[in-house]
Amino acid sequence: MTALPATSEAGGARVPMGASLKPLLRLVVPAVFLVGAYAFMGPEQFVNALTRGAIYALIALGYTMVYGIIELINFAHGDMFMMGAFVSLTFLGQILGLTGSITDIARLAPLLVAAFFVSMIVMGAIGVTIERLAYKPLRGAPRLAPLITAIGVSFILQNIVMLKYGPFQTNSPKIFPSFDIVIGSAKIPALSVFIIVVALSMMVALQLFISRTRLGRAMRSTAADRDAAQLMGVNINRTIAITFLIGAALAGAAGVVNGLQYGVSRFDDGFQAGLKAFTAAVLGGIGNTVGAALGGFIIGFIEVGATVMGFSRWGPAIVFGVLVIVLVFRPSGLLGQQLGERA
Amino acid sequence: MTAPNTVATDVVLKLTNVHSYYGAIHALRGIDIEVPRGEIVTLIGANGAGKTTTLRTISGLIHPREGSVELNGKDISKTAAHELVVAGIGHAPEGRRIFSRLTIYENLLMGGFTRTKAENLEQVEHVYGLFPRLRERASQKGGTLSGGEQQMLAIGRALMTRPDVLLLDEPSLGLAPILVQQIFGIIREINSRGMTILLVEQNALQALSIANRGYVLQTGEVVLSGSSRDLRENEMVRKAYLGED
Repeated sequence: MTALPATSEAGGARVPMGASLKPLLRLVVPAVFLVGAYAFMGPEQFVNALTRGAIYALIALGYTMVYGIIELINFAHGDMFMMGAFVSLTFLGQILGLTGSITDIARLAPLLVAAFFVSMIVMGAIGVTIERLAYKPLRGAPRLAPLITAIGVSFILQNIVMLKYGPFQTNSPKIFPSFDIVIGSAKIPALSVFIIVVALSMMVALQLFISRTRLGRAMRSTAADRDAAQLMGVNINRTIAITFLIGAALAGAAGVVNGLQYGVSRFDDGFQAGLKAFTAAVLGGIGNTVGAALGGFIIGFIEVGATVMGFSRWGPAIVFGVLVIVLVFRPSGLLGQQLGERA
Repeated sequence: MTAPNTVATDVVLKLTNVHSYYGAIHALRGIDIEVPRGEIVTLIGANGAGKTTTLRTISGLIHPREGSVELNGKDISKTAAHELVVAGIGHAPEGRRIFSRLTIYENLLMGGFTRTKAENLEQVEHVYGLFPRLRERASQKGGTLSGGEQQMLAIGRALMTRPDVLLLDEPSLGLAPILVQQIFGIIREINSRGMTILLVEQNALQALSIANRGYVLQTGEVVLSGSSRDLRENEMVRKAYLGED
C-alpha cells in the first residue's frame, strides 16, 4: 500500500498532454479567447466584462480559500460581499455624508483608500467572528452540519441588514467621477480601469502571500494535511482564522467596488453574486486561488457576452450551463486543486 | 541542562497513568512509559493495541483525559500540538503524511517552520547528510517519491524541528526488506548522534534489535516492559510477536 494521499490521483482526470505543449497551450488558449472576445464585444463591453469578472473573482477567492482549508462551502460568503457594500455606503454616505462624485483627486484618493480600509477591516473582523462562533465548534462534526450552519449564517446576515436598512435598495455614494478614458474610438470608463487595477493588485498580493510567506506556507500545509501541519508547529486555529479574515476582507473590497460601480445595494444582493462567485470558484477548481480568479473573469465574459448577443436574460442559464459542461469533462475544475490536497 | 528537582535519571519523556479516548472508545487505559535521554525505546504490539494513540497523545494531537505526560519534567498533557514542536517533540507520523504537492526541500522547510532561516539551512545539510537521496531529489515533488524515500523524508522533516525526542510511527511499514534494513540503520545512526527516539513498530524483532528497552502494549495497556534483551527472551513475546513457537 502506498502512503500517497488518495486525492493525488485527481490529476489523473486530466487529459495527458506533451510536456512541451502544455505551457504553450496555457498561453495560447487564453490569448485566443481574449482576442476573440475583444473582437466580438468591442472595447467598451470587453472592459465591462473585465470589471464584472473582477468583482466575481474577488468574491470567489474567499469561497475557494475557505473550501481549500476546511472543506466548507461557506454559503454566507456572498452575504459578506453584500455587507461589505453596506459598510462602505454607511461609511461614505452616512458617516462622511458624501453623496456625489468627487473630482478633486487629492480628496478622492484618501477617501477611496479609507473606504477599502474600513470595509476590509470590518468585514475581516466579522468573518473571523463568524468562524469562531459558528464554524469552529463544528470542526469535528459531519460535513453537513457546518454547511447548514453556513446557510443559517447567510440568513442571519441578510436579516441584520434588512432590519437596519429595510428591504429596499439603499443608495451608495458614487464618489468616483464618471469620466471616460478615450483610446482611439473607444471610450473606457475610468472607474472600470480603477476597479480592474485594484482587483488585480489584490489578487497578485494574495498570490504572493500564499506562495512566499510563512503564513502562506502555514495555510497551504494546513489545507493539505491538518495533522501533519500541526506536527510542523503550525497553529491551525490561527491559520484557519486568518484564511477567513483574508477571504472576508476580499469580499469587503468587492463590496466597495460594487457600490462605486452600481451605486445601490440591497440586503439580498449577496445571494446572486455569491452563487455566481461560487460557480466561478468551482469552474476554476475549488481550492485553487488562481482558478477562482480565472473563473470569476470567465463568468464576467459569459454574462456580458450573452448581453452583447441579446440574451441578457439568459446570462445566468448560460453561466451554469458552462459550469455543467466543464464539470462533466474536468470534474476538478479548470485548474484542479492547488491550495493542497487531503491525505 | 540542570535536572529538575525530582528526576534522578535523566528522563526526557514520562507518561504516567495516561488515559486517552477516540470519541467514545477508551483507547489508552492507564499507560506508564519512561524514555531516558539518549536511548531508543520501542513500543510493540498488535494492531489496535494503542501504539499510535500513545504517540498522538504525546505530540498533542489528542489530549489525555487522565494522567500526565511530562517532557523534560514539565507537564505537557494539555499543551497544543504546535507548541510541543517548539518544546522539543518531533513526530514522524503513521503513513508518513508528507506534503505531496511540495518539493522535498519545501517539505523539509515545513519541518523547520518554527525555526529560523539560518537554523534551517544548517539542519537541512544535516538531514541531507543522513539521507543523500533527499539531496538528489530536493526539487522533486514529495508525491513522486517511493515509499522508502517518503519515509526518509518524513524522518528528515521531523528532524528539522530539532527535537529533544523523536517519535517514529511504523517507519518500516510497507517497505521492502532491504529498505527496512536501511531505515533501521539510519535510526540507529541518528540515535548514535545523541537523539532520543521513541519507536513504534509492528516489526518487533527489528525494533528490539536496535532499542535499549521496550514496552509491549495490548488493548491500551502496558502488559510487559523491560530491556530489549529481556523482552527478546521472554516466552510471551517470542510467541506473540517474534513468530516463534
